[in-house]
Amino acid sequence: MSEIAQKVKSIIIDKLGVEESEVTPEASFTNDLGADSLDTVELIMEFEKEFNISIPDDQAENISTVGQAISYLEENVK
Amino acid sequence: MTLRRVVVTGIGALTPIGNTAPEYWQGLKNGVSGAARITRFDPEKFRTQFACEVKNFDAEQHFDRKEARKMDPFTQYAMVVADEAIKDSKLDLEAINLNKAGVIWGSGIGGLKTFQEEVKSYANGDNTPRFNPFFIPKMIADISAGYISIKYGFHGPNFVTVSACASATNALIDALNYIRLGHMDIAISGGSEAAVTEAGMGGFNAMKALSERNDSPETASRPFDKDRDGFVLGEGAGALILEEYEHAKARGAKIYAEIIGGGMSADAYHITAPHPEGLGATNVMINALADAKIKPEDVDYINVHGTSTPLGDISETLAIKKVFGDHAYKLNISSTKSMTGHLLGAAGAIEAVACVMAIQNNIVPPTINHFTDDDQLDNKLNLTFNKAQEREINVALSNTFGFGGHNTSIIFRKI
Repeated sequence: MSEIAQKVKSIIIDKLGVEESEVTPEASFTNDLGADSLDTVELIMEFEKEFNISIPDDQAENISTVGQAISYLEENVK
Repeated sequence: MTLRRVVVTGIGALTPIGNTAPEYWQGLKNGVSGAARITRFDPEKFRTQFACEVKNFDAEQHFDRKEARKMDPFTQYAMVVADEAIKDSKLDLEAINLNKAGVIWGSGIGGLKTFQEEVKSYANGDNTPRFNPFFIPKMIADISAGYISIKYGFHGPNFVTVSACASATNALIDALNYIRLGHMDIAISGGSEAAVTEAGMGGFNAMKALSERNDSPETASRPFDKDRDGFVLGEGAGALILEEYEHAKARGAKIYAEIIGGGMSADAYHITAPHPEGLGATNVMINALADAKIKPEDVDYINVHGTSTPLGDISETLAIKKVFGDHAYKLNISSTKSMTGHLLGAAGAIEAVACVMAIQNNIVPPTINHFTDDDQLDNKLNLTFNKAQEREINVALSNTFGFGGHNTSIIFRKI
């Protein structure tokens, strides 16, 4: 697993209070990991802070699973 | 129209001198001080370096980590005492009409710690707004009532009263009246506050409202003592389950006391100073006695606002003498803030719990830290100095007054 994927997972575990085993690539923040709309906003903000990037709103809307978050960040973090 | 009767069927408390209602009562009876040097932050540069903090509170014992993170301490405290009170009441949540069950809570400030942290982090940044999406719902004072209703599924009236240090008593009076009028049968009521933060201490210090007796925190809250020099900031929460009398009887509930009336008034005088002759304080007790339909002579115990400020303590005793006349000298009067410090918007809640326990036990909790009589006060009043006193208590009245000139009184009677 990439370093980015590791960090993404640990942010999700911390913010959503879920077990590591639940954080699979297909897992949806809202449907599988118990996030509400505010949790999702907070997650995106944490990714921005951790990786020092800015994720535009229209792109943030497309990040709804663990896998989508990892691939977005792997593509966009320099 | 005939008003329905309202009784207290459950209590909970999280205070600087005890983390449950029974522990709190032990502390009150024994005259324990909750004041000590501040541990929440480094107070070295503050004029006042002590407060009455809640001790040994671990949020993760009560909530999972994700849940705890979304609540300001004032909401965590609210949830913990609401839970204690609900358990104490033995209410069967499956059996009651949840549409007739409400939450009316009080908080003077709300999530001060959250507000401070979020604004500080913005100010330390480069002006890019990076506010946490939970900032507002963590900070707003009414979220405490919201959280409590979600936990128990109470669909009845739900809001938070804000009247500074009178907040929780306003909440109790509103709950009393909604039950009396038939809008609900059951309420979780009370209040919570968590203002022992840099902003809270610094703000009250700037007003010169706080005691600065840093060399002796535990004797700093000394209501009615000649050398009192301001209040001691406290934090915590109190909860009471208010229930319609027939409803409580029908389910065989333990009844602590009846709430027979409440009064409200405004000084309409100054934003922070009390009216020098205690005008609003006089009126509020008269209003409460009238609402309760009792005579001044019926009252046995007054749990005063008595914050240990030079002016406030004098005007409140003047008001008591005006309202009670000769009976003022037969009353027991005490300020439990001498032990707990001043819990601001939660004061009325923990002092209501104190009144209910005093009635149950026929014990008047003391005003501790009395060293020197104040010639400006009437020393013939029984201010229950230093030691609890045994006395048959049928009726207890609790006063709370808030910055803004808000005054509230509520009256409890043995049942």
